Amino acid sequence: MSYAKISASALAIAALSATAVSAQSRDNVQVAGSSTVLPYASIVAEAFGENFEFPTPVVESGGSSAGLKRFCEGVGENTIDIANASRAIREREVAACAENGVTDIIEVRIGYDGIVFASQLDGPAFTAFTPSDIFNALAPKVMVDGALVENPHTMWSDFNADLPAAEILAFIPGTKHGTREVFEEKVIAAGCEATGAMEAMIAGGMSEDDAEDACLEVRTDGRSVDIDGDYTETLARIDANSNGIGVFGLAFYENNTDKLKVATMSGVAPSTETIASGEYPVSRPLFFYIKKAHIGVIPGLKEFAEFFVSDEIAGPDGPLSAYGLVSDPELSATQAMIANEETM
Amino acid sequence: MTDATAGASTAQPRTRTSTSLLTPDSRTRRRNAAERRFKIYGLIAVSIGLLFLVLLLSTIIFNGLRGFQQTFVTVNVELLEEKLDKNGNRDPADLRKVSTFGYAPLIDAALESKLETLGLENPFAKASDLRKMLSAGAPAQVRDFVLENPDRIGETVTFRMLASSRVDGYLKGRVTRESIERDKNLDAAHLDLVDVMRESGTVRKSFNWDFILGADASESRPESAGIGVAMIGSFYMMLVVLGLSLPIGVAASIYLEEFAPKNRITDFIEVNISNLAAVPSIVFGILGLAVFIQFAHLPQSAPLVGGLVLTLMTLPTIIIATRASLKAVSPSIREAALGVGASRMQAVFHHVLPLAAPGILTGTIIGLAQALGETAPLLLIGMVGFIASNYPESIVDGFMSPNSAMPAQIFEWAKRADPAYYERAWGGIIILLCFLVVMNAIAIILRRRFERRW
Repeated sequence: MSYAKISASALAIAALSATAVSAQSRDNVQVAGSSTVLPYASIVAEAFGENFEFPTPVVESGGSSAGLKRFCEGVGENTIDIANASRAIREREVAACAENGVTDIIEVRIGYDGIVFASQLDGPAFTAFTPSDIFNALAPKVMVDGALVENPHTMWSDFNADLPAAEILAFIPGTKHGTREVFEEKVIAAGCEATGAMEAMIAGGMSEDDAEDACLEVRTDGRSVDIDGDYTETLARIDANSNGIGVFGLAFYENNTDKLKVATMSGVAPSTETIASGEYPVSRPLFFYIKKAHIGVIPGLKEFAEFFVSDEIAGPDGPLSAYGLVSDPELSATQAMIANEETM
Repeated sequence: MTDATAGASTAQPRTRTSTSLLTPDSRTRRRNAAERRFKIYGLIAVSIGLLFLVLLLSTIIFNGLRGFQQTFVTVNVELLEEKLDKNGNRDPADLRKVSTFGYAPLIDAALESKLETLGLENPFAKASDLRKMLSAGAPAQVRDFVLENPDRIGETVTFRMLASSRVDGYLKGRVTRESIERDKNLDAAHLDLVDVMRESGTVRKSFNWDFILGADASESRPESAGIGVAMIGSFYMMLVVLGLSLPIGVAASIYLEEFAPKNRITDFIEVNISNLAAVPSIVFGILGLAVFIQFAHLPQSAPLVGGLVLTLMTLPTIIIATRASLKAVSPSIREAALGVGASRMQAVFHHVLPLAAPGILTGTIIGLAQALGETAPLLLIGMVGFIASNYPESIVDGFMSPNSAMPAQIFEWAKRADPAYYERAWGGIIILLCFLVVMNAIAIILRRRFERRW
């Protein structure tokens, strides 16, 4: 008898607490999205919790696309307030958002991030690349002697005598990462044009759009490996393969200089300075997106956003810059935009 | 079959000549050799298993023990009134307005005066470069102290501050002068200072309770990250699992074992319970996301939701263990109880259940231990990330407000860029293993102490 009573009351308590939850309002800011933005967002969240009366915001990762998908699930306390993204939101995603009632979105650019190509410190001398080199190594079809053929290259030295005679093996970000888009646009597509492969495709009867899409493809014979996890996974792969080339964020590389060496791109070494000046070609802006409907409902949301882009945090001498973010020269415009709650 | 062979052997002429039991014939020798070989195979299998266990444990301990030690720097900070309380009225609201950025210059000054007393010169032109030796959390430590003790403003207070992860790595041998050459976070000049400060006792490595009790920290200060808040998250999740899966599991198994009619429906339920025990845990995670968060609108990342998901996972384990121990109670006990006039329910609750209790508890504890180490379902309900940063303020808060869990925290640390997180991940594994060993030991003790055999 007593057992039955105990289990009945346990169930009742569980049900009660569950209803209590829905009644209780959320008092912390919830953030999710890009794993590239995660370290920056968590540094800001920590400082925010220290300096304000609000609880420390919760920051989850999962990738830009996954974060924006959750962001667009709807308005309400059980949806996230901020989505981090290492690329701009797509039209398709804005439409999906609008369908679920998420209409007023504030876009905040926090700064720029460099994407670097790094390899094992003691591995072959991969010290200088151009977009053409990466395209020649990783595209499914490349130009050889003026003709577009299936990629015959197995060694880096096959197409560029300055590169070491090492097997081609590259670990590139998977498609759910925002980094992949930048890698495709700024490296693969640039190499496609520079080597003349795009022209050859168009001459071969492709429409310009199709050729652009075809340019972004990578070979599927195992020499280019998609990494769907984080940079630590790429690092572990590089550790195990001395011939491997990995794609990393600048901040990650700078934390692991004892294991990795970085390659220049078109002759420019990546650093916060060369990225800020635009000399280093492979960089991208980092964003976060705020649900305007949550401002005033979730305590601390606007304060957190303002704190994120304040000069003390995101400025050139702030902790974000110290960690590897290239600060945005137009930061004051962004600050004004958040203060006025200007939506996209 | 046996008859046939027996008949055949008697029909055959006897070929064996030796009749002494002391000299085995060739067939016996072969059988004995086969037995010896089998024993050796078994020994090899056991020793390979042991070897892997030793390898695993020694790797964990070797990598993880460093996480429990941390380098501290003793610094005397002058809490200047004109910086911290311009109005001089010690109003908490005014004191709060000075952010951690306002405290940084005080720490720079304190470090410089420390160098002076040691007879060293500051090799850096920029004041903040010297501060790279200390954790980025140092200003927050001073600020928290001032907010708690506003009356000490104006005095010089001694603080024991965490050294930055690179300095800590240098004392632990993870960071060397060669590896620092290409690192922009620390210079060789810092290490020269550290060498001198270490001799004078200003820089010292000691046991770090904050690793066990503290909150998670962002990537700019891995040295201050701890597993304490995630441990509390795990604790609340286990409360939910225990509070739900034990009564539900025991009630379900008592009904199925003692009262339910034997028919197709109960057979079907039984088969499904066994199947559920083998379902991968990530499936429960997706289910939890869909049912508890998207449908029931429970908060994300909350230990309550984590506990509910793990309850689903633990229930089959508990039901199977409970049914097995109910079955093991001899039928004579039931029959005797019924014989003296007890109802079936009285027979079960007064006689069968107490005898089955040790087995039920063992099953429950092992189920809980399994749930404690589970990570996969927690990934889907948002318990991985920079989450375990606030201690819960109340018991309700403990269930509702976002938190992580120990295995999820370890997973998160293993992903982070700074190599200092790597040793913390291993250290977290040591703590998690300690919990699992203790829980399993309790299960064994309960079984040994209270189990009855017939």
